[in-house]
Amino acid sequence: MASAPALPWARARLHVVTGKGGTGKTTVAAALALALAAGGKRVLLVEVEGRQGISQTFDVAPLATIEVRIAHASGGGEVLGLSVDAKAALLEYLQIFYKLGRAGGVLERFGAIDFATTIAPGVRDVLLIGKVYEANRRRRDGRRSNPVEGEMVYDAIVLDAPPTGRVVRFLSVNEEVAGLAKMGPIHSQAASITEMLRNGQSIVHVVTLLEDMPVQETVDAIAALETAGLPVGAVVINQVREPVLPARELKAAAKGSIDRDAVRLGLEGARLKVTDTLVDGLALEARDHAQRVALEAEQLTVVEALGLPTFRLPSLSDGVDAAAVRELADLLTEQGMVP
Amino acid sequence: MTPPRAGSRSGRTPATTPRLDVDALLADRHTRIIVCCGAGGVGKTTTAAALGLRAAEQGRHVVVLTIDPARRLAQSMGLTELDNQPRPVTGIDLGAGGSLDAMMLDMKRTFDDVVLAHSTPEKAAQILANPFYEAVSSSFAGTQEYMAMEKLGQLRAEADAEGTWDLIVVDTPPSRSALDFLDAPTRLGSFLDGRFIRLLTAPAKAGGRAYLRVFNAGINLVSSTMSKVLGGDMLRDVQTFVMALDTMFGGFRERADQTYALLKQDSTAFLVVAAPERDALREASFFVDRLEVDGMPLSGLVINRIQQVAAPGLSAARARAAAEQRADEGDVLTAGLLTVHASVAETAERQRHLVGRFFAGHPKTPVVEVPALAEDVHDIDGLRLVGAALAGPVS
Repeated sequence: MASAPALPWARARLHVVTGKGGTGKTTVAAALALALAAGGKRVLLVEVEGRQGISQTFDVAPLATIEVRIAHASGGGEVLGLSVDAKAALLEYLQIFYKLGRAGGVLERFGAIDFATTIAPGVRDVLLIGKVYEANRRRRDGRRSNPVEGEMVYDAIVLDAPPTGRVVRFLSVNEEVAGLAKMGPIHSQAASITEMLRNGQSIVHVVTLLEDMPVQETVDAIAALETAGLPVGAVVINQVREPVLPARELKAAAKGSIDRDAVRLGLEGARLKVTDTLVDGLALEARDHAQRVALEAEQLTVVEALGLPTFRLPSLSDGVDAAAVRELADLLTEQGMVP
Repeated sequence: MTPPRAGSRSGRTPATTPRLDVDALLADRHTRIIVCCGAGGVGKTTTAAALGLRAAEQGRHVVVLTIDPARRLAQSMGLTELDNQPRPVTGIDLGAGGSLDAMMLDMKRTFDDVVLAHSTPEKAAQILANPFYEAVSSSFAGTQEYMAMEKLGQLRAEADAEGTWDLIVVDTPPSRSALDFLDAPTRLGSFLDGRFIRLLTAPAKAGGRAYLRVFNAGINLVSSTMSKVLGGDMLRDVQTFVMALDTMFGGFRERADQTYALLKQDSTAFLVVAAPERDALREASFFVDRLEVDGMPLSGLVINRIQQVAAPGLSAARARAAAEQRADEGDVLTAGLLTVHASVAETAERQRHLVGRFFAGHPKTPVVEVPALAEDVHDIDGLRLVGAALAGPVS
């Protein structure tokens, strides 16, 4: 568990959250955004795949391409949400940098916008992250500049990034467009994005479950991120089931040799109707639980061998809603993920 | 649409929900293609592999086309190399006279093969060397989906010509959204036929006609803006690429349409795979609706990882209360067992609620629920267990 006072990402403004599909990366990104916003900060939470995962998590109206407030954080902070759309980003970009009035519409009618955002893969990613880049440089006085403490519209940005299988390609925009755009604005935009991702302002966190496949993908993704020169921050272990049986009982449960007579007595003591079916059922569930605990312990050693700070979030048997996200945000803060 | 097959009713699903009879589907020689689709992380690939294995062990000649299998799962089927060719899977029971091959899709290679097969050697070399082709063939958002369809078409043609396989089980790409899979071939097709592409290739052909003058002004504006944004080099590369591909356009479109038609036949069976979670079920719901709208032969829904309750007589709430009471008495064993049971029962209740909402919205969709396994699947035995679970309890 990370408890060191100086986190490697203490100065990070952009937190990129990835993870295998089904690990809850959107939930973790949302919780991290809330945690970062606590105490009067302004945080932007961005999604780039149009899945509306953020609005569903916070139970608010679907996000659009303009930033809207989606949650208040404790102590006066706020989280704004944004669903980046490549087409809208390109049109906005053309508007800002080329003052294209009519041309924007013409490009759209001729299918050029569709073309640029769908066929040229690296270009699409440049546009998506380009929007994050722009938000990161936006100042309160309406201008844009490299981030200066206290001057910026956003204190931090959390990006709910594509899953582990695609994240390295997504973030390696420079390599992706290098062969395509050898000069011009897309090329320089890609270079600026790469600079933002590598100069200590940004950090990539990976969300995993303590299961075989997600852990394997986490290990692979971290290696690939490091090879690509992208700084990796924390591993967030989601849906952790804490063992509810003491070690000795857990061992017995795993072997199917729990003391049935003691259980019978215990159940009678709780005034439950004791049947063989009930005792057998409880023993079976305890065995499954013990097996899973053992499996999770095994996977935990694999995660810990990565040598990265880890944070744990519990399994929520009631499912995830806005209140649950707050709970998770508090847990991240308590564990010291947020400076 | 395949009529829901009658089968034994599961005690877990409402009596009105038809049960998906997987064994009947696999045994039906009329079933030639099974497509497993659904959101990422729901066990699509495992389901596809398990179905393939079960069908093969029941005597069918099966090939499983997987897109992006987890390493262990790939190894379990002997898929250690990515050579874009089906390979026999060893360690299976051939007693019923069946066979099982499996392959992993290599989308770049499949794309290369398409280029090589449909153009002259010189033209092919020109296309393959284009930097734009490199990008499109390895990372265009729709390429994987399109190439999966292309490969499916090839496997089917091979099966028909040589009688190698009588059943193809295909896993769909881990798309952003499950719906991408159905749209991608059309999207790539319409992209290639698209207005902008025609613009890029057209200027030479379009000169002269008066009504085109306005159009040409538009072209110039578009070209100059695109040059500004993308850089002149890139636009030229695209142009060369598109010119080179020009002769193949018709072919692309035609095959995309053919594959789409193939998927519509009633010898195809779509299985939507989901997990009992909000997002996965929502995605499944969209997909079921979409298949219906498109007139695709939906066979049913597979819900993986359903929490099993071994002591169903005791409610979560009562178990929690009793656990607290035992803990107060210092009885850690009983308190622990009751707490385990309470969270098992709570999870099951939540899943039931989520699945129930799906049933309410789709009362006619046949469903099979697959219990959560304690361990991940990484060998043939594991796949066999999943296959048995898919077929459901013997009635």
